Amino acid sequence: MLFSSLTALSSFSVILIIIGILYVLVSQSSLAIQKFGVIHFLRSTDWDPVKELFGAATNVYGTFVTTVLSLLFAIPIAIGIAIFVTEVSPNFLKGPIGVAIELLAAIPSIIYGMWGLFTLSPIMAKYIEPFMKQISANIPLVSVLFHGTPMGIDILTASTILSIMIIPFTASISRDAFNLTPAVVKESAYALGATRWEVVKNIVLPYSKLGVFGGIALSLGRALGETMAVAFVLGNNHRITTSLFDAAATITVTLANEFTEADKDIYLSSLFYLALVLFVLSFITLAVAKFFLLKAERKVSR
Amino acid sequence: MTREKIRKIEGFVALFLSTLAALAGLFWLIFILGDVLVHGIEALRPGLFLNDPSPPGVIGGGLRNAFVGQLLITAASILIGVPVGVLGGTFLAEYARGKKISQVISVLSDIMVSVPSIVVGAFVYAILVIPVGHFNGWAGAVALSIIMIPVVLRTTEDMLTLVPWTLREAAFALGAPYYKVIVQVVYRAAATGILTGILLSIARVAGETAPLLFTSFNNSFFSMNMKEPVASLTVTIFQYAMGPYDDWHVQAWAAAFVITLFILLLTIAGRLIIKWRYK
Amino acid sequence: MEVQIVEQLKIEVKDLNFHYGGNIHALKNISLPVHQNSVTALIGPSGCGKTTLLRCFNRMHDLYPKNRYEGAILLDGRNILSNDIDVIDLRSRVGMVFQKPTPFPMTIFDNIAYGLKLKGVTNRAELSEMVERALRHSALWDEVKDKLNAGAYELSGGQQQRLVIARALAVKPEVLLFDEPTSALDPISTAKIEELAITLKDEVTIIIVTHNMQQAARMSDWTGFLMLGELIEFGRTDRIFTAPSEKLTEDYVTGRFG
Repeated sequence: MLFSSLTALSSFSVILIIIGILYVLVSQSSLAIQKFGVIHFLRSTDWDPVKELFGAATNVYGTFVTTVLSLLFAIPIAIGIAIFVTEVSPNFLKGPIGVAIELLAAIPSIIYGMWGLFTLSPIMAKYIEPFMKQISANIPLVSVLFHGTPMGIDILTASTILSIMIIPFTASISRDAFNLTPAVVKESAYALGATRWEVVKNIVLPYSKLGVFGGIALSLGRALGETMAVAFVLGNNHRITTSLFDAAATITVTLANEFTEADKDIYLSSLFYLALVLFVLSFITLAVAKFFLLKAERKVSR
Repeated sequence: MTREKIRKIEGFVALFLSTLAALAGLFWLIFILGDVLVHGIEALRPGLFLNDPSPPGVIGGGLRNAFVGQLLITAASILIGVPVGVLGGTFLAEYARGKKISQVISVLSDIMVSVPSIVVGAFVYAILVIPVGHFNGWAGAVALSIIMIPVVLRTTEDMLTLVPWTLREAAFALGAPYYKVIVQVVYRAAATGILTGILLSIARVAGETAPLLFTSFNNSFFSMNMKEPVASLTVTIFQYAMGPYDDWHVQAWAAAFVITLFILLLTIAGRLIIKWRYK
Repeated sequence: MEVQIVEQLKIEVKDLNFHYGGNIHALKNISLPVHQNSVTALIGPSGCGKTTLLRCFNRMHDLYPKNRYEGAILLDGRNILSNDIDVIDLRSRVGMVFQKPTPFPMTIFDNIAYGLKLKGVTNRAELSEMVERALRHSALWDEVKDKLNAGAYELSGGQQQRLVIARALAVKPEVLLFDEPTSALDPISTAKIEELAITLKDEVTIIIVTHNMQQAARMSDWTGFLMLGELIEFGRTDRIFTAPSEKLTEDYVTGRFG
């Protein structure tokens, strides 16, 4: 039947696209793969277009640091919001706050990025970063994190923007996970004389563990691939640094800034190589997330 | 202090913190949207929509080409992405229902929904820009549609699955072939849900920048030729905001305001439709 | 209403009115006695308000917005509907077992211990002793004594329900509320739980909601028949089922409507 074949083909396009992306990325990066190998490329901190030496380490480091930092800020707040929306808030507030979260999630990342550049970055440079430098000045290990001149265009600002972006996403998935707890089970705990918070802590949170975990993994996957929110305020400095006040590079920002500038084949090929690394990384993360989310759903429909 | 008291205080503190978190979330929303609103409105003027960009440093340019270009590219991506997405979702919810392949494609789609959009841009660059020899609007449209397809596919699948099986049986009982049952009965029943999914997917791609960076690229001149580079609001915002001219910054805010407004309206419309329909 | 035998009333419901969500008048002018160490059954057709009434005894309705109580429910002479009652404490004195078994996602031991831990019992030896006592009381000890650390979900439906009863018993409540506790169980488990309730009443006052009239006749001492939010008749179980005063009661218990 024509219609059924059409629908089948359309759905297979998804598989085709994934295979296509993998194939194209691999073939485009073959030049770089040949020249730099796999382990060496991943470990190399080179990034020299003139000498034609490229390595993924600085980019991966930047991606890793900004992502982890952003999750560290975002997760507690997101879970707090989810707890608020499901257990604490009076009924009339649940709707509006839910809408607020959806709207925040809908704002395109470029707006976050631009806002970060024009509004957040100056605030970071003038108030927040000098303040952090001050209070950490005498604590030995921590002061290393806040070394250098606070310019506002650095890892800290980029991570902050990224975390604000991630919050609504994580909050909404956590809220959905919490809502999967059957009301009867909660009521049973109340019936034993538990307080509201005790029900959340002892019943809801353990019950929705899998869903929340999946949500965090999903947010990790999203954060890994974010470009525009970070591109404005990260600077583009290829190095591994310990100070949060330094500019750095992530895979996505490097691609955004340098793709159209790449004048040599090996340069472009190395960029494709980076894209391949990112694709594989995020695919695995998202697959793990999906695994947990599926397990969470299955548990409830017992 | 009695045990009861401790429990109550602990509970109060914990829930107080969660309220703070909710307020923090609200705070960011108001701060960011407020900024976009304030800066955007003061930058709005008719010239923005009527003029094309002026040479760098020269004041008075507009973003007409970017607005038109954004519309073109988005419209083209909708033309490609929506039919493929809807048909694909139909396959999973109807012909392949319950079969392993349906689960596999569904999971893969979910993953694709969150895959880095810049990687999609690089992919399309390789298949549609390199062979053509230069950036072009169609490449941008294809990149956006690749992002759109999994989103539309999954919402269509979910919405179609919600339609009770008995409805299909009733149509079969009247002697209709499966494809007619789907198109004439099931689609109609799930129409609002599918439409909302489409609206939300448009809201999603309308704000994308990364996939356009090296596909449709940008164009300082007015052009509706999709075989050449086409201007887009999002890429222009990127260029202008990062650029050195204050006038560019002002225009970037204005463009940001328009795009945000458009996307928020689409999102709210989508949610309202669901609320109204499934009340 | 028949002449009261002078006896200790554990609970007295006085002119109770209850409104759901602001304006649905679900319970109308209910007054009834609950005798200490007895099993009181609440019966009636679907939607008559028996579960609504049951959930007033431990103020479950407080969890949801816009619910309103009027009138009084005296527990040992004190009105539990008043604002200065500590609801958390009330719920440890008045326990509840729900229709669907609701084990917590924990081990069998931790499930029973949960209520005790809430009250501050941390000593492992004490907990073990109290858990064993509760499990013996709910006739589950022999079946689970070797697998206290297994997950509660591994038990069968009937066992889970007895687990839940043990959990409620562990905190030594004075009253135990049963909300159709056997409607999701097979006949054998049902029989076990009915037996259990009858033995428990020596230590606990039991109120049970059931849509199964035969069950009410089997296990209760007193029965109240509700319809459309009103208490139609209340009295000794054997009289309600053999010689009811109201026509409606008679029609219901003889199955003329359900």
